[in-house]
Amino acid sequence: MSESVDPEEVRHVADLARVALDDDEVARFAEQFGDILAYFDALDEVPEVDREADLTNVMRTDEVRDSLSQEAALENASERVDGYFKGPRVS
Amino acid sequence: MADENVFITEATIEGAEDGPLAGKRVAVKDNISTEGVRTTCGSDMLADYVPPYDATVVQRLKAAGATIVGKTNMDEFGMGSTTETSAFGPTDNPAAPGHVPGGSSGGSAAAVAGDYADLALGTDTGGSIRNPAAFCGVVGIKPTYGLVSRYGLVAYANSLEQIGPLAPTVEEAAALLDVVAGPDDNDATTRQESEARRASDSRAGDARETGANSNYADAADGDVEGLTVGVPTELVEGVDEGVRESFEAALDDLRDQGVETVDVSLPSVETAVQAYYVVAMSEASSNLARYDGVRYGVSGGYEGNWNESFADSREEGFGEEVKRRVLLGTYALSAGYHDKYYAKAQDARAWIQRDFDAAFDEADVLASPTMPVPPFELGESLDDPLQLYLADANTVPVNLANLPAISVPAGETDGLPVGMQFVGPAFGEHAIVRAASALE
Repeated sequence: MSESVDPEEVRHVADLARVALDDDEVARFAEQFGDILAYFDALDEVPEVDREADLTNVMRTDEVRDSLSQEAALENASERVDGYFKGPRVS
Repeated sequence: MADENVFITEATIEGAEDGPLAGKRVAVKDNISTEGVRTTCGSDMLADYVPPYDATVVQRLKAAGATIVGKTNMDEFGMGSTTETSAFGPTDNPAAPGHVPGGSSGGSAAAVAGDYADLALGTDTGGSIRNPAAFCGVVGIKPTYGLVSRYGLVAYANSLEQIGPLAPTVEEAAALLDVVAGPDDNDATTRQESEARRASDSRAGDARETGANSNYADAADGDVEGLTVGVPTELVEGVDEGVRESFEAALDDLRDQGVETVDVSLPSVETAVQAYYVVAMSEASSNLARYDGVRYGVSGGYEGNWNESFADSREEGFGEEVKRRVLLGTYALSAGYHDKYYAKAQDARAWIQRDFDAAFDEADVLASPTMPVPPFELGESLDDPLQLYLADANTVPVNLANLPAISVPAGETDGLPVGMQFVGPAFGEHAIVRAASALE
């Protein structure tokens, strides 16, 4: 059993990821993350490897294509206003 | 309704009247978009999400005459190996009642094992087709990265995942792969004709490498005389004793049919599980950022500021395993940790690719037990996420190396199904289909 992560660190990451957590979840994750991150430490031993990826960009011509109608694109939104998504206030 | 909780949504979507899949019932994993039929990804977040378009593979199923009979249960967003992280409850294993069907495509494998469908589509990011195929005693294929379009697949970890078939036999699985494989303008990572020609100039291969006019089903002829099968020692050490006995018996069977077996070594797989989880979690944290409750999903409300609304939406909509992976992925990519985790995982991935290349100089295909253990009992494995991650040891290297692999039934241990995995070189689907068919 390795050391837990600082619960404040879990809260910080959750804040970056925009996931609200209750106190129980924070405590549980702090303990589990200690084990999982300690396990990931084995990656320190991996040698540097040449990444000989044979990659090419795949482009299509920049032309108008059929796409979803505005109505279809909005179908799954919980609220819409005048053909737009309604979002929460920007701070 | 299947007693085993195989389907999240039962439906009847009729395809064309004629075609290679006419009269076939096909179950589709619930992270593959079906126009007008809800697609939940096993998550409360998307419990009411109804896609306005079909995934490319669904279009191809319909054009081939298949009847889609339902959307199958799965670990939430594909994150799990038992189908127990589904927001819609666990699925029982028809081949081993009281045990998990594996995951994340557990519902798809159970649909085939329980005869609720003739065939099924699943998705495999780190073993999510092969693991449930092994646990349910059916056949599952994870195609080479780029063989099957991911258009309309709800993304979890784009650089690793492929859609693939599950079926009672190798030939039927290969025939379903023939239907869904091939280039797609809507997925730029599918292999296009020009690239495949270049690849076949530089190494052995035929002009069918894109899958456009493939005939993988014909390769299921059981003719393995003269085939060399490499056994990576690292993937057999530490395997459950009963699983190992079944695996060795299957190798004996192959040798009796004229196969030569050789030991090969893949030292890099020692860090494959770590690399896999760092890459998958990092990609997940980015992909799942789209769930903010505005365009779809659980709304976080309209009071307060947007960061709080989004965080509330995600608190309510995501289950614990999804939160765990999104948080760890965010951590692995955050300032000060990127080089330690994400960059090293990319090195580990390149190292694994190099090891596989070397192994294929010595063998035509590689073989290992698909899973190092027999199916867990329902509820047995939920408490310790790290222990569950370790059970992916034999499947994740394949995704990291972008290779094709198949799981085929190879006997039982204490009445529980055992699966044997064959891994092929990139776009070497014919070879793994042929090898697997020799065990039927």
